[in-house]
Amino acid sequence: MFDINLFGLFGQLLVGLINGSFYALLSLGLAIIFGLLRIINFAQGAMYMLGAFGAWLGLHYLGINYWVALFVVPLFVGGIGVLMERYLLRPIANEDHLYSLLLTFGLALALQGVFTHAFGSSGLSYNIPEALKGGNRLPFMYLPNYRAWIIVASLVVCGATWYMIEKTKLGAYLRAGTENPALMQAFGINVPLIVTATFGFGVALAGLAGVLAAPVYSVSPDMGSNILIVVFAIVVIGGMGSIGGAILTGLGMGVVEGLTKYFYPEASTTVIFAVMVIVLLTKPAGLFGKET
Amino acid sequence: MKISKLNIALLVVGLLAPLVIYPVFLMKVLCFALFASAFNLLLGFVGLLSFGHAAFLATGGYITGYMVQSMGLTPGLGILAGTAAAGLLGAVYGKLAVKREGIYFAMVTLALAQLIFFLYLQAPFTGGEDGMQGIPRGHLLGFIDLSNNMAMYYFVFAIFLFGFWMIHRTIHSPFGQILKAIRENEPRAISLGYNVNQYKWAAFVISATLAGLAGSTKTLVFQLASLTDAHWHMSGEVVLMTLLGGMGTIFGPLVGATTVVGIQNYLSGGELGNYVHIIMGLIFVVCVLAFRGGLVGEFQKFVKKNFS
Repeated sequence: MFDINLFGLFGQLLVGLINGSFYALLSLGLAIIFGLLRIINFAQGAMYMLGAFGAWLGLHYLGINYWVALFVVPLFVGGIGVLMERYLLRPIANEDHLYSLLLTFGLALALQGVFTHAFGSSGLSYNIPEALKGGNRLPFMYLPNYRAWIIVASLVVCGATWYMIEKTKLGAYLRAGTENPALMQAFGINVPLIVTATFGFGVALAGLAGVLAAPVYSVSPDMGSNILIVVFAIVVIGGMGSIGGAILTGLGMGVVEGLTKYFYPEASTTVIFAVMVIVLLTKPAGLFGKET
Repeated sequence: MKISKLNIALLVVGLLAPLVIYPVFLMKVLCFALFASAFNLLLGFVGLLSFGHAAFLATGGYITGYMVQSMGLTPGLGILAGTAAAGLLGAVYGKLAVKREGIYFAMVTLALAQLIFFLYLQAPFTGGEDGMQGIPRGHLLGFIDLSNNMAMYYFVFAIFLFGFWMIHRTIHSPFGQILKAIRENEPRAISLGYNVNQYKWAAFVISATLAGLAGSTKTLVFQLASLTDAHWHMSGEVVLMTLLGGMGTIFGPLVGATTVVGIQNYLSGGELGNYVHIIMGLIFVVCVLAFRGGLVGEFQKFVKKNFS
């Protein structure tokens, strides 16, 4: 235990933080959507995949560079989310919520199928933008610039989203809509519009995560479903009661996974699920969840 | 009277079918029909959507495969061992999963099943990505040679009937009535003094055990146990079969499984093979938007409206 290789340890910690950044963005999106619509978007992983493919396709067919893609692709993915909510989810909003879960699952399956058919399952590579190439040698580790950027970007976006929901007037509408949509409507606030916009925003976060992920992971059709199941476990661990909780749990679980990769690599794929089992046994509502 | 006539007709069809249709295809249909029926017990009659039933199918398959291939057990004992293992896993998972409701229940079961997937990927006895191959079918009771497809078919048919009968009995028992009460109005069932979580858990264990039975049988039929059975796609497929056939109906899963396996078989032969997942996904969407009763459910509605 005492001959810990610092370089290795910090390296895995960094990988953990990066994975955690993606977990945080994705579970934040899920939590926002769940807060208002009371549904789980099973297609969140597919939207993340769509974000990554959007960046790749934009670069190769339209010459859109990374920085433009960072803004355009999430808007595009969010737009798909808006259409999805308006034309597929709203008609069944009054049915059992399990149906909307099944609908988004079907969409995810079909989207993944389309991309597997068009691009194969082997994965494509996306180059790191010029400005973020290279890295810095710190006393205890080597820090590539792009990886540092992912962590910073994700923290800023998560922080801004948290601020918007918890501290602004728009956020207050959103929270009120979560508490009592009928009363909100009576006060003259257009609740269906807020619902659509919220869904679009939650999905756009997944699209943004996808663009950020394109240069570090290989862009492949199953990248979304693989990460989504882990994110589901994280959502169960954190509970969907709070926005801050979703962000913290996402980052924290990334770090836990990174540390496991260093100390006991065989368990690195299963450790988050194991944590979920422990949380279910001790605090079934989740770390930040409210017992309902 | 009407139902029993239907039962007899189906029994006769089941007995005569292998004379007309390729028995291996029929066995596949029967295994998945049992799997979907077991799943439907939970979704259709308790209202619990499990997204992790692949774990039980795979556990049944792997344990049976290991017992028959490496331990030299007879096929009957191998199936019993696989089914029991799936039931045990169901007992543990059920305890965890019934702590949460609705959407959380779906996420918990999915995550637990993924845990099992990774365990089987790494465990030494499963053969990792290759799976277990060439599992012998052996002799049933020492004298019926199961390598004969016809003999194997009637064995599978008997297992299917047993599983189907078990589910039928469960649904129509007082226990089943309480399950339906939980589905319809859980707070009321609690207020009447029922320990709801205990009932949900029991239903979960029965469902997992029968899903394991389906997996064990399937392993013997195809002489193969692989990671495909543990993958979340498989959990999704059984949801689709049940939804398409009609959840909460007795024959829905049977119809759904026949349709889905039929479509897959048809597509995998032709040039549309690459479209399987796209088509499955679209069927999901169409079912949810326009067809929530499923084939059997909508048919029953149609009959009720026009003939009574």
